[in-house]
Amino acid sequence: MSKNKSEYLINRKDNQYEVVIGLEVHAQVTSASKLFSTSATKFGAEPNTQVSLVDAAFPGMLPVINEFCVKQAIKTGIGLNAKINKRSVFDRKNYFYADLPQGYQISQFKDPIVGEGKVILDMPEGQKEVGIERLHLEQDAGKSIHDLDPQNTFVDLNRSGVALMEIVSKPDLRSPDEVSVYIKKLRSIMRYLGTCDGNMQEGSLRADVNVSVREKGSKDLGTRCEIKNVNSIKFMQMAIEYEANRQVDLIEEGKPIDQETRLFDTKKNETRSMRSKEDAHDYRYFPDPDLLPLEVSDEFVNDLKDNIPELPDDKKKRFIDEFKLSPYEATILISDIDTAKYFEEVVAKMGKNKDIKLAVNWITGELFAVLNNKNLEISQSPVSAKNLAILVNLIKNGTISGKIAKTIFELMLDGDKDPQKIVEEKALKQQSDPKAIDALIDKIINDNREKAIEYKQGKEKLFGFFVGQAMKASGGKANPQLINEILKKKLQ
Amino acid sequence: MSDIIKQSLTELVENIKNKKLSSTEVTKAFIDRSEKSKELNAYITEDFTSALNKAKKFDQKPNLDLKLPGVPMAVKDLFCTKDVKTTAGSKILNNFVPTYESTVTDNIWKEGAILLGKLNCDEFAMGSSNETSFFGNVQNPIDKDLVPGGSSGGSASAVAGQLTPITIGTDTGGSIRQPASFTGTVGLKPTYGSCSRYGIVAFASSLDQAGPMAQNVKDCALLQEIISTYDSKDSTSIDFKRNQYSKELTNNIKGKKIGIPKEYRVDGMPKEIEDLWQKGIQYVKDCGAETIDISLPHTSYALPTYYIVAPAEASSNLARYDGVKYGFRAKGENLIDMYEKTRSEGFGSEVQRRIMIGTYVLSSGYYDAYYLKAQKVRKLIKNDFDEAYKKVDAILTPSTPSSAFKIGEKKDDPVSMYLNDIFTVPVNLAGLPGISIPAGHDAKGYPLGLQIIGKAFDEQNILNIAYAMEEKIDFKNKITDWWIK
Repeated sequence: MSKNKSEYLINRKDNQYEVVIGLEVHAQVTSASKLFSTSATKFGAEPNTQVSLVDAAFPGMLPVINEFCVKQAIKTGIGLNAKINKRSVFDRKNYFYADLPQGYQISQFKDPIVGEGKVILDMPEGQKEVGIERLHLEQDAGKSIHDLDPQNTFVDLNRSGVALMEIVSKPDLRSPDEVSVYIKKLRSIMRYLGTCDGNMQEGSLRADVNVSVREKGSKDLGTRCEIKNVNSIKFMQMAIEYEANRQVDLIEEGKPIDQETRLFDTKKNETRSMRSKEDAHDYRYFPDPDLLPLEVSDEFVNDLKDNIPELPDDKKKRFIDEFKLSPYEATILISDIDTAKYFEEVVAKMGKNKDIKLAVNWITGELFAVLNNKNLEISQSPVSAKNLAILVNLIKNGTISGKIAKTIFELMLDGDKDPQKIVEEKALKQQSDPKAIDALIDKIINDNREKAIEYKQGKEKLFGFFVGQAMKASGGKANPQLINEILKKKLQ
Repeated sequence: MSDIIKQSLTELVENIKNKKLSSTEVTKAFIDRSEKSKELNAYITEDFTSALNKAKKFDQKPNLDLKLPGVPMAVKDLFCTKDVKTTAGSKILNNFVPTYESTVTDNIWKEGAILLGKLNCDEFAMGSSNETSFFGNVQNPIDKDLVPGGSSGGSASAVAGQLTPITIGTDTGGSIRQPASFTGTVGLKPTYGSCSRYGIVAFASSLDQAGPMAQNVKDCALLQEIISTYDSKDSTSIDFKRNQYSKELTNNIKGKKIGIPKEYRVDGMPKEIEDLWQKGIQYVKDCGAETIDISLPHTSYALPTYYIVAPAEASSNLARYDGVKYGFRAKGENLIDMYEKTRSEGFGSEVQRRIMIGTYVLSSGYYDAYYLKAQKVRKLIKNDFDEAYKKVDAILTPSTPSSAFKIGEKKDDPVSMYLNDIFTVPVNLAGLPGISIPAGHDAKGYPLGLQIIGKAFDEQNILNIAYAMEEKIDFKNKITDWWIK
């Protein structure tokens, strides 16, 4: 395998293969209650404590659509620049499983709530558009737990009936990297909208990955395999890499690729056949007679449109225009809504005489490093936006040096301390009084006369020595610019 | 008062309100009658002790403003009743005790009625003779070893046999009207969306409707005004203006236009049914109404359409009975084995037949040819009625193509059994209200019913027509109490 620039190709003796990927992302709708019942949806609750009679499919129980979940799906559709279908239909997808109490999942088959749309990816080589085929609403199933007892399977129905959005992309993705950027972009859009928290560890976002390969330049699609239920970006990338190579090997050996559903074994880093096309379930889809077709008015959709917050692409454009950020900086800051919020708060708190570049450097540099080290989200940042703004301002107005600022930042981490107070308490204020520095430098030159003579004779390297001595003598507080200026004058 | 059980619901309510009768007296009378009538096998679950306690409690502090003050009532065992076993006539729910109450029964108890017990029915309401019940046949009070019809056979038998003053059934393809016709009682299938389906064990969701079964039209109207409420817990419940059906009931139907659909004159229909129909036409004319010949061209497709749509929905609705969560569970080697054994042993053969049919018609490759086509035909059938109602206010037909038959007579011939629903099924497919009233007897002295079909939400109109006809017909049920020794 090799990478030509950014093109992802699989090379074999005489042939080069392109990988074609489409994703079916299952995103849990952010909602206090389930899609068709009033049960709570909190993650991590005790098993079977968030289950209503409807979720457990008791006789005579009927689903009633949760309007909030409908709004969330439509908002997401708007965020995906997609067509909102004013009439959609809930269907039953019939199959038996212990964690599927009704014996069917309520989903949308022929008439989804959201139609075609698109997502723009920022790739290193430029922007790429990925088509969205559809978004539909459906219920999640419960959870079967097989490893608690040697004989029995336990079933937890807390998830049963939780609202999911299935977002189906067109087969527009061509590499594991694009998949990563696509998932991150989807997550970013949904987090901006507040329609899905995107938490992959908690299963709020997972995907079925469709992979096929074809000879480079070919317009035909190869036979695809679907890798079910992959729950991290890393695993998606690993699974695609394995699966694409497996398929290429088959082609090279002249063997056919079976259209099948496969599972990714994260321990062995391989995909395994789960069921072939022949064994595929016949889900016997038909419109759920307990639910009327879902009809939404123009007014309903327009009202949601009018209240859509600024989305990542627009925010990026604004950051570039308004704050003169580079596209690269803007991309980093907008990718996560909490980062963008933090940044905007820092900017707001810095007041009139602000240095936005400096703030960006501090956020993407020191702050990100700390968050990374401590494994924290920016929403859990130990340093508030307000205090970071004060720190940046202290540097900007010359109160402290960049070097001292780093020391202060370390101290701020413990309990989000006000940097201004740290400066005062520790007497770390930068020495910017020319007279005092003048005296300090006189003393150093006096103490190091021989070196001063050497410097004057041309040994210019020694300038650094004098700067160092002056900084040391001031306890690091002397304004380095002033030291430079005064030293130059005195050593002439 | 030995004549308590002979009183109509309206009379009982009046006598309790006038304090001529106490709830305890009335409840006791119906319990005694029920105790003596075990041979009818009308009950699956008796709740007599509890009923008597409730009656006593009612009498201590009677609220006589209610519409059913302290009136005892047994209901079809398809309605979930809180803390009282609910089986749907099936082994698979033989141990199932709901923790909740159906909206329809809740409405009834809120008006002061008292649950006597749960009445036998065909398993999951699938049947036309009450022979598919896990709990055995129900006897028709009209004659020994005669079916009461189905699926609300226990309900029909209990009303006709005076085990309960009134009751409720459910009607998916005729399950209220056909047994009403077979037992000489009145049964109303309301407009789809009139009565909430919340808490009713589902058979075919797009067709199921609860309705009253009574000794007379006025009682029927009274119960209908109680059970018909808009319910946000049922997404197919319709919020329309509901009448006070019993208060607004009138026998003045002068000038009403009654359609007589020629397609209901089916091949092989017994002459006595044809004669009954002609008598019915004369009765409505005598009441001052006008009859008009109409055509409902797609009538002959209704039965096959029904036997695609209903089993399709049922096959999915009954998937929840899998032995995992509640109800009967057979031991199995693994999950699939447990499913197969639970469902093979838990469901009777008619239910299994319909699950198979339903699964087949929804299967990929057959869906378009069967289910989708059936939905299209269903639309055509509805259009027929819409067209007819441009010319007429209601439609008069026989309720069934024959009178009640003997137990076992049609058990091994499902198609002949299904043909029982030929006049009732189109009404369900179109979502319309229909009422069956007793209109005469056949040569054997068995009752025969006439059906009045109305426009959607026009229950008041068909109740009025039925009320007017009832007066003219002056039907007397020939019940000898043969089962009481």
